[in-house]
Amino acid sequence: MTLAVDGTEHTVDVDTRTTLLDALRERLGVTSVKKGCDHGQCGACTVLLDGRRHLTCLSLAVAHDGAEVTTASGLGEDDELHPVQQAFLDHDGYQCGYCTPGQVCSAVGALDELKEGHPSHVTEELEGEAEPTEEELRERMSGNLCRCGAYAGILAAVRQAAGEQEVAS
Amino acid sequence: MTATPITARSMGTSLDRQDGREKVTGHATYAVEHPVDDVLQVWMVQAPVARGTVRRVDAGAALAHPGVVRVLDHESAPRMPADDDRDLEYSVLQDDRIRFRGQVVALVLAESSEAAREGARLVRVDYAEEPHAVTMDDAEAYAPESGVNGGHETDYADGDLDAAIHDSAVVVEQTYTTPHEFNSPMEPHGATALWDGAMLTMWDSTQAVHAMRSTFAPLLGLGEEQVRVLAPYVGGGFGSKGGPKAPDVAAALAALAVEGRPVRLATTRQQMFSLAGYRTQTVSHVRLGADADGRLRGVGHEAISQTSGFKEFAEQTASAARMLYAAEARSSTHRVVPLDVSVPSWMRAPGEMPGMFAHEVAMDELAVAAGIDPVELRVRNEPDVDPETGKPFNDRRLVECLRKGGERFGWTGRTGPTRATDGDWWVGTGVAASTYPTLWMPGNTCRIEVLDGGRYAVSIGAVDIGQGARTVLTQISADALGVDPSAVDLAVADSDLPVATVAGGSAGTGSWGTAIVQTAQQLRADHGADPEVGVHTTSTTEEYPDMEAHALHSFGAVYAEVRVHRWTGELRVPRLHGTFSVGRVINPVTGRSQLLGGLVMGLSGALFEEGWRDPRYGHVVTQDLASYHVAAHADVKDVQAFWLDEEDPLATPYGGRGIGEIGIVGTAAAIANAAYDATGIRVRDLPLTADRFLG
Repeated sequence: MTLAVDGTEHTVDVDTRTTLLDALRERLGVTSVKKGCDHGQCGACTVLLDGRRHLTCLSLAVAHDGAEVTTASGLGEDDELHPVQQAFLDHDGYQCGYCTPGQVCSAVGALDELKEGHPSHVTEELEGEAEPTEEELRERMSGNLCRCGAYAGILAAVRQAAGEQEVAS
Repeated sequence: MTATPITARSMGTSLDRQDGREKVTGHATYAVEHPVDDVLQVWMVQAPVARGTVRRVDAGAALAHPGVVRVLDHESAPRMPADDDRDLEYSVLQDDRIRFRGQVVALVLAESSEAAREGARLVRVDYAEEPHAVTMDDAEAYAPESGVNGGHETDYADGDLDAAIHDSAVVVEQTYTTPHEFNSPMEPHGATALWDGAMLTMWDSTQAVHAMRSTFAPLLGLGEEQVRVLAPYVGGGFGSKGGPKAPDVAAALAALAVEGRPVRLATTRQQMFSLAGYRTQTVSHVRLGADADGRLRGVGHEAISQTSGFKEFAEQTASAARMLYAAEARSSTHRVVPLDVSVPSWMRAPGEMPGMFAHEVAMDELAVAAGIDPVELRVRNEPDVDPETGKPFNDRRLVECLRKGGERFGWTGRTGPTRATDGDWWVGTGVAASTYPTLWMPGNTCRIEVLDGGRYAVSIGAVDIGQGARTVLTQISADALGVDPSAVDLAVADSDLPVATVAGGSAGTGSWGTAIVQTAQQLRADHGADPEVGVHTTSTTEEYPDMEAHALHSFGAVYAEVRVHRWTGELRVPRLHGTFSVGRVINPVTGRSQLLGGLVMGLSGALFEEGWRDPRYGHVVTQDLASYHVAAHADVKDVQAFWLDEEDPLATPYGGRGIGEIGIVGTAAAIANAAYDATGIRVRDLPLTADRFLG
């Protein structure tokens, strides 16, 4: 099967049992996607799959032949960090760093979902745009556990990135 | 030479995390991510009974599975040298005994993780089962002979507690419990290991590369020079990676079995709940007696916890009761119940976290019983000297933490449950004190070499587990040498570097930092202010902290606002503030993150964390991050950490004390006390689940 990972095309032989996560980490050596639980409960394995955030541990690789995968490693351009990555640095939105690539991918995806008007569990109105309030961002980032407890920094980082996105648009 | 205090230049400023870019881009490589070719994946097969013997391991079906290369069991695994005193937790695959359900009984080595996992499923193990004891009612508690964790005495008594309680106008006597809790770092334990016939190299997820080496070399019959442990990035530990665990040993054995081929062993999240340590459940019987004005006459704390029968770990739950408040009579004891279960170990603030939950909820109960504001009650019981040792404190500022924290939080004082409401929510506030001892570990060594262009290479085998060691040790090095942090090339996380102790006990930075300062001062003494390129100095720490003359502790005050839903019992924590006295904070950004992390883990313990054993076999059934929930983003609202502006040259030459653990201490009590203020319902058992507030 083929996978485009962070802009690079790969052809890879996988077992039918191989998850997308293991295909990335163990077959392709792409370790910018992390394994925290292998059960879709922690979010460490989050990537952008064809542009949407996705838990790679819950997907079989063979179901994604030809897919385009973006990990935290592929978010920036050249040597520039993606604004979300810079915001995580600016606000110390991490400690050990293990959940961080997943948090970063999740934040990028969550901000896109907000922009597209996708409601969340805490959105009052199902029609129209959802605002990047603290409550919305906390809710939308809750699929990514951080045992170091860096949530205050993560929230500040995603808020900063959300603000930059609004300015940019 | 002994280190002397240094002046802060970089310290106190927020130098960027030295490994931040690697972390946000995903380029940081953790233990099982170390790139190696031709690697074999290792999967652990675990015992399904709690006690007994392995009669036979039939690997036939597993070996027939495509990709499976080897199966190791207690007969075929590499032998450890005979040692009657061998730590049985590390004695992996060395005999046929089964000591707990979940113990490693075989290893499958395969060309892929899918094959290894399937191979593990296909291994047939024939057991002889024996009667076992797996619940607290199944065995008799005993008093640990050689003290409890942290070097504390098992029992302590000063004065006549019974008489003091008898003479008290106000008495609180209650039992408090905390459940099994699991460290659950986001990166599960794991290692990449390679035995090349002469040298065992392990890229390991550990908080202590040298402790790994010094344990593994004799365990495996190797010389220390034959073992190298590296831990460039560690995805959290919170104590569980403080020493080797069975998966580390299993990875090493697998490597020894396939000379020349690297192996990887990644513990699954489920296996983390049986093989990576945990905080044992605790039962605390607390007695407080006071005069009518709230002045304590007696403090009693009898703690029971659970240990494994084959390796003792005694949580020091009642230790803080010995030093926290003045009272003429204080008594505290520890008992442990030995069971056929996996080995408990360090989890962030072992002892203080569960013990201070009990103690500080009891203090809240005393405040209510005496009709005194809980802050004022604590202020009235400030001791002049350390009640346990009689020594003066370094600089005990608990009252200031309570006062300043209270001002920021908006504490107005009260003498009973407020039971305020906001719509369908009861709203309350609570407070608790926090404390953690200043530990210091001897034997740290640092090497400093003068490089070109005014640069310095500083080497020490410290480990950055997320606390920011790379960053703060750079700052300490810079100030000790009197140079800009950009002139410091710091090397850590490799057992080939000078010996360093564990990143644990809130003692990592202090112990390593003292070695760095001492070596920098030695370098200056030996080679002057402008040394030649290439000169270097290595030194091992002389005892620094003034523990003979002073009792060294940190203190804090935690304030919580809690909302409890009237109809569902749901409990939320909209505000959580901690104010701490911890000496100099080297880096305000990383320091704040550590304190916030402690508060968040305390909140998590208060609201969610509870591991359940199957009473038939003693294994943990809540073995994933859904059934063992840890605080998620939406659970954490306004959490803030503050600290007093201070420095403590009695503790370290750079004036700081450890901050990794104090944030978790007292937090659960503050939240439980706030829940009482909101509802009038006193909950004495963690976690504070919704059912406690209904009916």
